[in-house]
Amino acid sequence: MSKQYQTITEISGPLVFAEVDEDIGYDEIVKIHTQQGETLRGQVLESSEGIVAIQVFEGTSGIDQKASIEFEGKTMKMDLTEDLLGRVLDGSGRPIDGGPDIVPDTKENIVGAAINPYSREYPEEFIETGVSVIDGMNTLVRGQKLPIFSSSGQPHSELAMQIARQASVPEEEADGEGEGSEFAVIFGAMGITAEEANEFMEDFERTGALERSVVFMNLADDPAVERMVTPRMVLTTAEYLAFEKDYHVLVILTDMTNYCEALREIGAAREEVPGRRGYPGYMYTDLAQLYERAGRIQGREGSVTQIPILTMPGDDDTHPIPDLTGYITEGQIYVDPDLNSQGLEPPVNVLPSLSRLMDDGIGEGLTREDHADVSDQMYAAYAEGEDLRDLVNIVGREALSERDNKYLDFADRFEQEFVDQGFDTDRALVETLSIGWDLLSMLPKEELNRIDEEFIEEYYREDGSEETEAEATAD
Amino acid sequence: MSQTQTVREDGTIASVSGPVVTARDLDARMNDVVYVGKNGLMGEVIEIEEDITTLQVYEETSGVSPGGPVENTGEPLSVDLGPGLLDTIYDGVQRPLDVLEDKMESPYLRRGVDAPGIELDKTWGFEPEVEAGDEVGRGDVVGIVEETVTIDHKVMVPPNALGEGETAEVVSVDSGEFTVEETVAELDNGVEIQMRQEWPVREPRPTVEKKTPTTPLVSGQRILDGLFPIAKGGTAAIPGPFGSGKTVTQHQLAKYADADIIIYVGCGERGNEMTEVIDDFPELEDPSTGNPLMARTSLIANTSNMPVAARESCVYTGITIAEFYRDMGYDVALMADSTSRWAEAMREISSRLEEMPGEEGYPAYLAARLAQFYERAGYFENVNGTEGSVSAIGAVSPPGGDFSEPVTQNTLRIVKTFWALDADLAERRHFPSINWNESYSLYKDQLDPWFQDAVADDWPDRRQWAVDVLDEEAELQEIVQLVGKDALPEDQQLTLEVARYLREAYLQQNAFHPVDTYCPPEKTYLMLTTIQTFNDEAFDALEAGVPVDEIIDTEALPRINRIGVQDDYEAYVDELQSDIESQIRSLY
Repeated sequence: MSKQYQTITEISGPLVFAEVDEDIGYDEIVKIHTQQGETLRGQVLESSEGIVAIQVFEGTSGIDQKASIEFEGKTMKMDLTEDLLGRVLDGSGRPIDGGPDIVPDTKENIVGAAINPYSREYPEEFIETGVSVIDGMNTLVRGQKLPIFSSSGQPHSELAMQIARQASVPEEEADGEGEGSEFAVIFGAMGITAEEANEFMEDFERTGALERSVVFMNLADDPAVERMVTPRMVLTTAEYLAFEKDYHVLVILTDMTNYCEALREIGAAREEVPGRRGYPGYMYTDLAQLYERAGRIQGREGSVTQIPILTMPGDDDTHPIPDLTGYITEGQIYVDPDLNSQGLEPPVNVLPSLSRLMDDGIGEGLTREDHADVSDQMYAAYAEGEDLRDLVNIVGREALSERDNKYLDFADRFEQEFVDQGFDTDRALVETLSIGWDLLSMLPKEELNRIDEEFIEEYYREDGSEETEAEATAD
Repeated sequence: MSQTQTVREDGTIASVSGPVVTARDLDARMNDVVYVGKNGLMGEVIEIEEDITTLQVYEETSGVSPGGPVENTGEPLSVDLGPGLLDTIYDGVQRPLDVLEDKMESPYLRRGVDAPGIELDKTWGFEPEVEAGDEVGRGDVVGIVEETVTIDHKVMVPPNALGEGETAEVVSVDSGEFTVEETVAELDNGVEIQMRQEWPVREPRPTVEKKTPTTPLVSGQRILDGLFPIAKGGTAAIPGPFGSGKTVTQHQLAKYADADIIIYVGCGERGNEMTEVIDDFPELEDPSTGNPLMARTSLIANTSNMPVAARESCVYTGITIAEFYRDMGYDVALMADSTSRWAEAMREISSRLEEMPGEEGYPAYLAARLAQFYERAGYFENVNGTEGSVSAIGAVSPPGGDFSEPVTQNTLRIVKTFWALDADLAERRHFPSINWNESYSLYKDQLDPWFQDAVADDWPDRRQWAVDVLDEEAELQEIVQLVGKDALPEDQQLTLEVARYLREAYLQQNAFHPVDTYCPPEKTYLMLTTIQTFNDEAFDALEAGVPVDEIIDTEALPRINRIGVQDDYEAYVDELQSDIESQIRSLY
């Protein structure tokens, strides 16, 4: 059934309405042939007897009422093959790297189906990213979705690239089944500038990461509606590589804020009742359908780990985009403008950051037995130091007790030594924990009430801060 | 089910927009269940206007086109009730997820597959409780089935089989192995009783009367049992921004609350979290019986990427199952995580119906629906004369952590226990991050006699002391923020120190520590007593002229923070209390 219609009744924003005399399925894909000989693609958003609403991915410019519409009678599918690795595609999955056409092994519906919670495997395998604030205090595990909450002008891309570059799995795993589970990165750009995109591409090429990557590029000047499709293409590819081809896939989606803007644009064009700040009421469900495609499945080797990046408008995390994201994802990493202006690399504020899957991914047999306690204690100590900074501004350091001063010093050194490692430093977890103990040893033993006595016995350094310097140089 | 089975006309699909489908010429009543399209996707009638019927569809509608068939079952959305509900995980319309995995032969949820809520071919050993010739009324127990190691399932006369006060004589009853659809007993009015019953989810099961609850639902969480207890049959809300520990708190309750049955509804939440429950619960022990936790648990999972209409129904599915076990005389606790997703599902459907929106786009009937749901909780006298309870604990996820939004506000108007989660506490890893200044429990007074009886006579006094100290601390902290701690008089500095131990030792509890994760009320009490001992001794010393710094430096004090992790806490506390006493007294 590939009948053509010249029955467009209305064109509004990204939407086209047309009369039809057959039954068109919801979500079906559509080709629109303009009089200039262009072919645009779209998708059925609403279908009722005699009339359909179509969203056009490339935008409606150039379409007039004489354009003809072709219904293909099928929903949107993605061509999948292992050969996608090393390729650069546009936002709707067409190669733009001048390489050969993609010969698909299989085709999958890009909407994806929900994974049966019963079939999931609980994620608890540590991914060593080499970034102390993540490994030490907000541990990432395979199959997790951990977004970076950032704002405009912050180095979130550098952090994402650092993770993509350094992320590896613990060695004993790799030894066991070297072949079975390779690592792949899928990069989905939505509405980012060409410059940002170039930085990513250069980094990919420089580090040779491109050959184990698939890149999807929807740039700022590409049609906004296409952004609706890009992440779905990305995740369909990720699921294929992970669950059919046994790869451990790391998906980086940037920038989710642009995706949500596109969602709002379509909602407005359809004259829907808007929810908070004009975003559609179903944005939670829509975002969940993307984020929930991370995970592991029983009996399959691979995994899909997601790191979506979003820029919070006005650095406000109560804005609907970060807010709804935070309710779906398994934690979040905050990039902090203040820390950035102090020159910290990466400028991650650990206090509001969180990894929900951390507790099950660390500890004896997984990372190290004292990992959780060290992390908890550092959180508590840094939070206390942060609080005291406000007080110092008013009363000055001299007015504070010796104990308080120790916490202030802790907070300062925590930022300088633990957080500020540089975007090119790859720190092993053992090193991260060792720095953690250096810092904790500044505090009296009795203050370490989150740490098991056994571990204090083993790791606490009696001579406190002196040893730090010695060790730092020894390393 | 003995409902009128008139033949109803099927219709055709007129339009499709996401989960909302309209059908033409469908002869249906409100809330009838229908099958939509060639794939037979399950849906429910939600609006009727002339010859157009609006349906919400519980499965993804991609590819469904106008002109397709709509078939009406003529029955409202119902759940299957009977042995086999426990130790099972369902989706929002009571399809067992393990059965779906087998039937779909895929780890993904495909469409158009149906499965009965309880296994139809499995046989259960039925032991009669009545004999031929006995008179039975509605809800009366005719026999018992061992459903799991923990729970005896009581087979009851369905509440709609007889009228109120009406009885019938048992004609025959058999013991032996039966499937859930085989008749185990027959009454003289022709009613045949099977283990399986059906009940429409949107209709509360009948009871005789609702009573005032006087027994606490002991949770083993110090801040809950100690400061803000909930009653068996009570209602509670846990609102909090993301990352503040709603789900961990709900999981802790599901693990350690001393209810007979736990119904856990994961409504629009994370897939991995449900998997964690599925993985953990069979391995964890029920603290009261030592049996696997799953033996008393039924899970309902509609993760955030599963169809939104099924999210709307999953809460009802859960509470109906809860009521069924209540009718057997059990204490049931239902956790709904999160009711905000449920409310948002209502909003989404409502906006697709183009209904006039109320506050923040939520439908005008939001408050009524929330109230109806929580009203189904309570401590009841059942129709068969037994007493049972349903406690409902709902997590709320307010956008931006702002408690003034409609779902939180409408919930607070109904529930009597409020556990306010606080992002600030969570950031400094104070868990459970329940804010002690904002939270409240209106059950406190009616539960005190139980605690006085079961734990200690001075339970309410000690709680009040702790509340007073924490209140005072909150006031003092404001001053400290301005002038620093050392500027305070010595007695106030001491109060701050006492409050610090209350916060760090008593209110904090490590859910991931094998011992600390569950704290029996006796231990909760002893912990508080120890801190109060320190308080009393310290103030005596201060009065005798000992400087506050010396008191604070007492060597034994940091050991207070370790009480939580002690297995053999009684001996530990005894020794610690006498050490605190002697060490502080030695200062003067």
